[in-house]
Amino acid sequence: MARANTFRTSSLGDKIFDVCNVIFMILLVCVTLYPFLNMFALSFNDANDTIRGDIYIWPREWTLRNFEYVFSESNIFHATFISAARTIIGTAVSVFCTAMLAYTISRPEYALKKFVSITFIFTMYFSGGLIPNYLLIKELGMLNSFWVYIIPGIIGVFNMIVIRSFIEGLPEGIMESAKMDGAGDFVTFTRIVLPLTVPALATVSLFVAVFQWNSWFDVFLYNSSRQNLSTLQYELMKVLSTSNTTTSSADAFADAQSSAQMVTPTSVRATMTIVASVPIIMVYPFLQKYFVKGMVVGGVKG
Amino acid sequence: MEKQTVQITQSTSGDSRLRALIKTLSKQKMLMLMSLPFLLWVIIFKYIPLWGWTIAFQKFRLARDLFDQTWIGLENFRFLFSEPQFYLVLRNTLVMSGINLVLGFGTAIVLALLLNELRRMYFKRTVQTISYLPHFISWVVAANIVQTALAPEGIVNVMLMRMSLIEQPILWLGIGEYFWGILGVTEVWKNVGWNTIIYLAAITSIDPAQYEAAEMDGASRLQRMWHITLPGMKPVIVLLLIMNLGHILESGFEAQYLLGNGMNVEYSENLDIFVLKYGMQMNNFGLATAAGMFKTVVSFMFLIAANNLAKRMGESRLY
Repeated sequence: MARANTFRTSSLGDKIFDVCNVIFMILLVCVTLYPFLNMFALSFNDANDTIRGDIYIWPREWTLRNFEYVFSESNIFHATFISAARTIIGTAVSVFCTAMLAYTISRPEYALKKFVSITFIFTMYFSGGLIPNYLLIKELGMLNSFWVYIIPGIIGVFNMIVIRSFIEGLPEGIMESAKMDGAGDFVTFTRIVLPLTVPALATVSLFVAVFQWNSWFDVFLYNSSRQNLSTLQYELMKVLSTSNTTTSSADAFADAQSSAQMVTPTSVRATMTIVASVPIIMVYPFLQKYFVKGMVVGGVKG
Repeated sequence: MEKQTVQITQSTSGDSRLRALIKTLSKQKMLMLMSLPFLLWVIIFKYIPLWGWTIAFQKFRLARDLFDQTWIGLENFRFLFSEPQFYLVLRNTLVMSGINLVLGFGTAIVLALLLNELRRMYFKRTVQTISYLPHFISWVVAANIVQTALAPEGIVNVMLMRMSLIEQPILWLGIGEYFWGILGVTEVWKNVGWNTIIYLAAITSIDPAQYEAAEMDGASRLQRMWHITLPGMKPVIVLLLIMNLGHILESGFEAQYLLGNGMNVEYSENLDIFVLKYGMQMNNFGLATAAGMFKTVVSFMFLIAANNLAKRMGESRLY
């Protein structure tokens, strides 16, 4: 950073390199952003007009009808609600529990520190796989329940390592003095450690929230027979696979066709894509400095 | 005080060690209360499924109780290894994760090098922020984007036709041979920015004096990148390679499942989809578990082998 500025030499070759580099980066940005701009344009453009083609990054005939349609579909509206619920509850529960566990294994005096750490880290390399997991969830009676979204994912081992490393980097004196004042471990954790760990918690919250919001496979595997537990991503996935096999059965599609050509499959897909990705696009840039640090800590120590 | 107890216990016999451990633990009730519920959780949700591997040696019937199954030895594995479909999905898995590994590493390293050469900080910051975006969106959305872009009237066909490289729109996802390429490009699009994070962090820890010295000696921009920046990234590259070799049989699942269709199935179906098909759709749980177990065990062997290789080469390693 500061280093790049100290180079004062700018030969012709250097200048050409710089120009090419900037052009390359602009191309990269275009390729990254184009699909989102395209979806944005399609979702705000009149569905019948879209059929004429040539909609790229800006709507030709503005309308909110696509969004009105998507949210008037009770299935999609409810699915969005479930997605939000699992994101909020899942993130809160997981981050609190993971932080608490991370605190205990960061305490040098804890006699089970090593045992607990190894037991968790081992699971990063071995997993039972799809079938045993499915049978377990079935045996536990968690099929067709909301809790299957929350409980199996309470602890993330990678996240645990990120938070533990952060706590270990805090000055030891803070926790010592809390002990001196007679605070127990739980009080030390909630009153002292949690507020000081906010940067790590922000990183982990982002990871968990993105995971929860984006999940569709657990819905498909465990709850596919319960429409009222479906999530936005799963609804989008269903639309996607219907258009894949071109069977126009059931689903948003037939509905879409019947409502007097007001909306089309293309428009519905684009609109749902925008609804499914906007919350993430709004949040992640503000957490950038945190998750970059978190990735480095977790990536090296994990 | 507690540290002393631990030290004393280490020098005495096992019996008194145990007693000292119990004594220490009795003082750490709160810590235990805060961690043992999760220990129970990890045993139930992560270790019991490992025990589920026994299903691979059984003729598993869903209607029967878990403990009331017929043991058939290695029959499932014998069937698995004689099944031509298994070798097809194994080939697809290896090729796709090979492509991901090479393309993923190559593009991320090059992008990190180039980002590091940008002189204007706000421009660099903006490019980075935008490049992280696709990592955060779901595979469902990404698959949707890919399908839209590759549709007959999608942007890819339109561009190629405008440049008169093709005359007819190509049905990209309908031609099996193209699938690996499409998947590789999609993976790069989704993750290249994200993968640069750790390389850029490694670059910032390189001593600036090295660059100054090189400049004095008249090293060009490219020479500095090649002889200083790249070697500075080497330990991280090796570490990530080892970790990724452990995932050689995990070519991802969502992308293949969501972009796969009847026309490209011979190229898109991988081990995970094989497990899903046999297990959940055909209810052949034993065979599916055997395939899943094969995957985990081979992955772990790869991990150990790569780690040993790194050890012998004198590189940093996982453990």
